[in-house]
Amino acid sequence: MNAWEWIARNIGQLAGATLDHLVLTLLAVSGGLVVSFALALAIRADRRWYGPLTGVAGTLYTIPSLALFAVLVPVTGLSVLTAEIGLVSYTLLILLRNLVAGLDAVPPDVSEAALAMGLSPMQRLARVELPLAMPYLIGGLRVATVTTIGLVMVTALIGEGGLGQVMLRGFNFRNWTAVYVGAALTVVLAFAADLLLVGLGRILTPWARASQTDGS
Amino acid sequence: MDLLEQAVAWLADPSHWVGSNGVPVRLVEHLTLSGLAVAVGVAVALPLGLAIGHTGRGALLAVNLANLGRAIPSYALLLVLFPVFGLGFATAFPALVLLTLPPILTNTYIGIREVDRDMVDAGRGMGMGSVQILARVEIPIALPFIVAGIRTAAVQVVATATLAALVAGGGLGRYIVDGFALQDHGQLLAGGLLVAGLAIATERLLAAVERRVTSPGLRIAAPPAGRDGRRLQPSAAR
Repeated sequence: MNAWEWIARNIGQLAGATLDHLVLTLLAVSGGLVVSFALALAIRADRRWYGPLTGVAGTLYTIPSLALFAVLVPVTGLSVLTAEIGLVSYTLLILLRNLVAGLDAVPPDVSEAALAMGLSPMQRLARVELPLAMPYLIGGLRVATVTTIGLVMVTALIGEGGLGQVMLRGFNFRNWTAVYVGAALTVVLAFAADLLLVGLGRILTPWARASQTDGS
Repeated sequence: MDLLEQAVAWLADPSHWVGSNGVPVRLVEHLTLSGLAVAVGVAVALPLGLAIGHTGRGALLAVNLANLGRAIPSYALLLVLFPVFGLGFATAFPALVLLTLPPILTNTYIGIREVDRDMVDAGRGMGMGSVQILARVEIPIALPFIVAGIRTAAVQVVATATLAALVAGGGLGRYIVDGFALQDHGQLLAGGLLVAGLAIATERLLAAVERRVTSPGLRIAAPPAGRDGRRLQPSAAR
């Protein structure tokens, strides 16, 4: 059976695995974004949190994924929860650092102007500061998403894994077509997600494009 | 904590510390595999990064290589190389070497590129040749970045060498893969703790090296957020 026949015969399974992969990634990145956003607000309220919080996130980031899953499985079992705890913790360092850097980069004049216009702190954050921090946030999301797509594969070992599962099964049955197809689809997925986020960034920061076409 | 007791019991069992599946042997395997991979990675990527940074040629290649490296997950790399190189070390080693190239190459290249052009001009004004500028001006100033790249690579390699157990390589990952297979939570947890400890130790050690090689003149100017030195390369994917 050649590779194309195998793909044609297993197209349903491949589509399902790709979808699983996407869902696991999306859950992890959005969960990571929520947590990092809360932490970034804490850091904004009191700068002294920056060191300890990024220190913890950095340590989590250093722990190899397989080791983290090994430690979690006896507690939370072979479950989506285990996978997501691991995946979310790997996004934290990147997202938190970029969020804080983005909010720091808002020019003080702009924040003061917003204050003078009578915007409440919440309004200032939502309407002025977050939009201006968007390039940093998108940069962080790109790295976090592409990294997560790679890490989701490792969760195949705890029974999840999306395309990682296809690869692992292919590996166990010495079906190299499945291994190659799984790997190729993952790389395509990573590039597609990256492109999508670049596009999203362009839509969300129209002023960046305008100043580019000015040639200034 | 029943689980922790199991892990501690596993670690305390003297039979787990001797023989070919003992912790010392697995640790040496892990360190040998990782160390060799990083050494080869440095030997390949460092001269290349220096050349690109110094001449400014081939920068596009360096950036694209780094992006490509980020998109290819190490897990996929290991399984894809397996049919080519077969069981064990032969598969794990090239996969690990490939992983080290992007961070070392980009950090070296960016580190050299970011050196203040005035300093390079000052060196040239003092009569330094191209090689001298590289050796006495650019490398010393870029050294913390270069070491940061090696650190990113090393931590990634130590992490991925764990996955090497999947393709029947040795190393501490053996305990995790076997722990999963045997449903042996004590062994699983013990393996996880050993690997996590090794990764954190590697990171801390190289962070200390990074601080040591930072020239005192640069330490004052360094922004506080750069403590972790990763700001140029926040992209380590396992």
